[in-house]
Amino acid sequence: MHSEPLNDRNVSEQSAYYYVDIEEYPTTGWDKFKQVVKRTFRGELFVGLWVVMREMIKFDIHTVQYPKEKLPIGPRYRAVHKLLRLWESGYERCIGCGLCEKICISDCIRMDTKIDENSRKEVTEYSINLGRCIFCGYCAEVCPELAIVHGQRYENGSEQRAHFVIKDDMLTPLDFLTSGQQAEYPGFGSITPNESVTKTPLAY
Amino acid sequence: MNEITITIDGKQVQTQEGEYILNAARANGIFIPAICYLTRCSPTLACRICLVEADGKQVYACNAKAKEGMDINTSTTTIEAEKRAIMEVYDVNHPLECGVCDQSGECELQNYTLEIGVDKQTYSIADTHKPAQDWGLIHYDPALCIMCERCITVCKDMIGDAALSTVARGGENIEAAFKESMPKDAYAMWNKLNKSLIAPNAGDTLDCTNCGECTAVCPVGALVSSDYQYTSNAWEHTQIPATCAHCSAGCQISYDIKHTDIANPDAKIYRVKNEWNYVSLCGAGRYGYDFENRNVTKDTAAFDAAIVAFKGADTIRFTSTITNEEAMILQRLKEKFGYRLINDEARVFKNFLGHYSGITGESLYRGSLKEVHESDFVVSIGTALKTDNPNARFAMNNALSMNKGAGLYFHPINDPVIEDMSKNVTQINYAPLREETALYLMLDLFGDKSAMPSSVTDYLSTFHSLKTVTIEETVDEKVTETVTKKVLNEETGLEEEVSEQVTKTVKKKVSKEVEVDSNRLLDLLNAPANFTETLTKYLAKKEKFSLMVGPDLYTHPHAANCARLVGLIEKYTAFDVTMIPNLANTLGVALICDLDESAGSNTIGYNTAGNFTLSALGGGDLDMPALNQQEGTLTSIDKRVNPTNVALAFGGYVLNDIASALGLEASLTVDYTSQLPVNAGFKAVEFDTLPNHYTNAGEEIRGYVLESQRVEVSGDESVQAFDENSALQGNVVYLANPVLQFTSFTAVSHQLHEEGGLYASTAFMSANDLNAGDSVRVETSHGEMVLPLVNDSKINGDITYLPTFDSKINSSALFGGYRFTTVSIQKV
Repeated sequence: MHSEPLNDRNVSEQSAYYYVDIEEYPTTGWDKFKQVVKRTFRGELFVGLWVVMREMIKFDIHTVQYPKEKLPIGPRYRAVHKLLRLWESGYERCIGCGLCEKICISDCIRMDTKIDENSRKEVTEYSINLGRCIFCGYCAEVCPELAIVHGQRYENGSEQRAHFVIKDDMLTPLDFLTSGQQAEYPGFGSITPNESVTKTPLAY
Repeated sequence: MNEITITIDGKQVQTQEGEYILNAARANGIFIPAICYLTRCSPTLACRICLVEADGKQVYACNAKAKEGMDINTSTTTIEAEKRAIMEVYDVNHPLECGVCDQSGECELQNYTLEIGVDKQTYSIADTHKPAQDWGLIHYDPALCIMCERCITVCKDMIGDAALSTVARGGENIEAAFKESMPKDAYAMWNKLNKSLIAPNAGDTLDCTNCGECTAVCPVGALVSSDYQYTSNAWEHTQIPATCAHCSAGCQISYDIKHTDIANPDAKIYRVKNEWNYVSLCGAGRYGYDFENRNVTKDTAAFDAAIVAFKGADTIRFTSTITNEEAMILQRLKEKFGYRLINDEARVFKNFLGHYSGITGESLYRGSLKEVHESDFVVSIGTALKTDNPNARFAMNNALSMNKGAGLYFHPINDPVIEDMSKNVTQINYAPLREETALYLMLDLFGDKSAMPSSVTDYLSTFHSLKTVTIEETVDEKVTETVTKKVLNEETGLEEEVSEQVTKTVKKKVSKEVEVDSNRLLDLLNAPANFTETLTKYLAKKEKFSLMVGPDLYTHPHAANCARLVGLIEKYTAFDVTMIPNLANTLGVALICDLDESAGSNTIGYNTAGNFTLSALGGGDLDMPALNQQEGTLTSIDKRVNPTNVALAFGGYVLNDIASALGLEASLTVDYTSQLPVNAGFKAVEFDTLPNHYTNAGEEIRGYVLESQRVEVSGDESVQAFDENSALQGNVVYLANPVLQFTSFTAVSHQLHEEGGLYASTAFMSANDLNAGDSVRVETSHGEMVLPLVNDSKINGDITYLPTFDSKINSSALFGGYRFTTVSIQKV
């Protein structure tokens, strides 16, 4: 980004900058008293009250009716994490490499791994301590498999903190996946779910 | 060995003549990459990455010996090109599974690839399908293997199992074009790599003593512990420096701990690691790590009961699986309250050491396992080496294979593991109770006859006699014969018969009668027929002699006489004696505690039965911490006081709490470290100042070495004659443990869990028509019990053995102190 426009503080008539018209501040006590009386009894208060009244009667309200309504948020918003699945096979993307655990600067990720019956590394448990997570996004950035991502769920109210942060809560449910509801980020390294994503046949 | 000076990269370096350049560089903090080389083993020359230029010539630093004034350059353009090509070759077809690989984070392939800076691949070859193999405790993934052959090297040169070797890899040949285009050493290394794979000698699975050292030395994730596989990443562990608690070798280990799982933040030991360049572990040390006393809380009622029990007791019975500090507390309690301290196994060792000192004038034996490693002639008497102290066995094997050494193994049980160590090892399987004869033989063969007491030399000479034997010899004999030949007369053109004298040399066998010296000691010990000739061959060019003696001698009915004989061997032969203490801290207990012979009526048992039992195994009246839950020191066979640290927390009471309640004032158990008896060789140093590591030069910086004390000697060096008729004949049973087991602490660990029984060789079982699993009644003059029969393929011959590791089998009740006894075995 070029910083020249910001560094140019030479205000002139050609420039986009101009001085606003500011009244002189009162200096004497009498002048100050006059200003207070003028501002108090000018009735500007009722302008605001009238706007509220008018909108209330017209029922043309712009307030988002949270929690009934929610604002759309950017795809890269960093809220509660999700564990994604592979589109073509439904397998978990996480391979248990432990890089998220290692990079986490608030040391809030833990996972349990073991060798499964197919001699593959299986992630049996995965947890993020949201009481400590600062939502920095390093875990999602370091993940070599695009497995751990930040989701859009920003509501952290619950009876227990643990409700967000065990593997079953974060992992995309299989029916979500099949109905195409697993959100993917557009951009570098991401997968565009379409017909071209198919399961690779394996001879063994 | 001469001190010499060489120059490496312009830096003046002091080293020994004949030292490998690589070791000289490492000892002086100069980095030379090396993948296949293992300190203390022979150079393999598989990786070729340790290339250096010595006096203008390219050599391999791992097998080129330093010479005075050598000028070494570790980096030239050609060397850098070779290193780069070598690392590229290692990366060809190496699976990109670092994300799941157990070695990730401590992988030498990762490290060197990054160090050399491989950012592009030049070489390629079609891959072959190499399925992973399960070898029990060990998992082998040939796809990850880089054929450095460190596993083969360590197994042969250090451990002595030689259970692994290379097999053909199959697959395609390297493209011919590469031979021209790539650096020479890299091509040679690739060519070798592309031809072979690692495989067990026994076929599909490993036949060895399961030490797991191959997994420790593997630079990549090809050989890993099956149990550890995929449970953790290397960087997650906190490493707790410790001393192995299972036997007297006192190996330096680190307990790698991490939280148990996401729901349980309490620490758990995931694996044991060792500094494999300088210390090798046995399987018990590597796999028997989770023997902690779990889920113990402060039980005040039990503690109060313990205090009451201590106030009423007159005897404390304990085992040597305790720290020096705990032994010190027990000794202090004895001094204050007059308890009798009972520990038979340490008492016999203490007595043995005492009688030995009576001859040598030194409170401690002179040798150590380090000395054995450096010897070229090693003798072991009266110990089942591979199970009493596996590290002593590694030391013997290492000496035999690295120093062109030879050895003798005196033991009633023939051991195939010893047999396989080297061609230059002879086993002498004497009948039990003949240990004194073996010691006399040592004096006879190696003793300085002019200096030894005349009573001994006179006694020894009674076993010698001149014997006339008929030997067959091949002699060259000249034979003159008259032969008739037909010769063509050139003048006449006719054939004529001519007689001619011809002399020929003919080899002829003649019988000759010669007088030879016959040594009846050899006959009494059942030595092999050609023993004298074999020994002469063994002793050629030998310089450093080591003798290891073991528990068979300490428990011998004539232990005192055995000890005096060992003392004479130390004094009048070139041998340095190393004694193998039975258990982890037998030497420490023997030096610290005044042990009593007979127990009183009201006993406190510590890790053993008593009227009130303190137990680190759980199940006693009051729980105690196991040795991986305690800090303190352990005294090793090398006479070294090694520190060990707390790997896992313990929630209950420790011995020091009891001692404090009884009036001994110390806030921590390790407060006693500086109070250990100086007159027994200990030093008054604080626990927290004790180091526990090895330097890059391989120097052991651990704790401190006990100082041997001068002992007044009476000058009486007489020893008793042995009784030629006392030898155990018939069926004999031995008190020993199988491979991987030492005490109940090894048996409780989840990887080594095992039920004991009567262990017998395959030969014994087939001769007596018995099968593994059969119930047998074992009856000795001291008692009888019914046990399942277990096959041990690592022993030969007819002698069976009973283990001590299984707390359900009170095996020592069948023995009268001595480790052997006659037995009758009946199938039930």
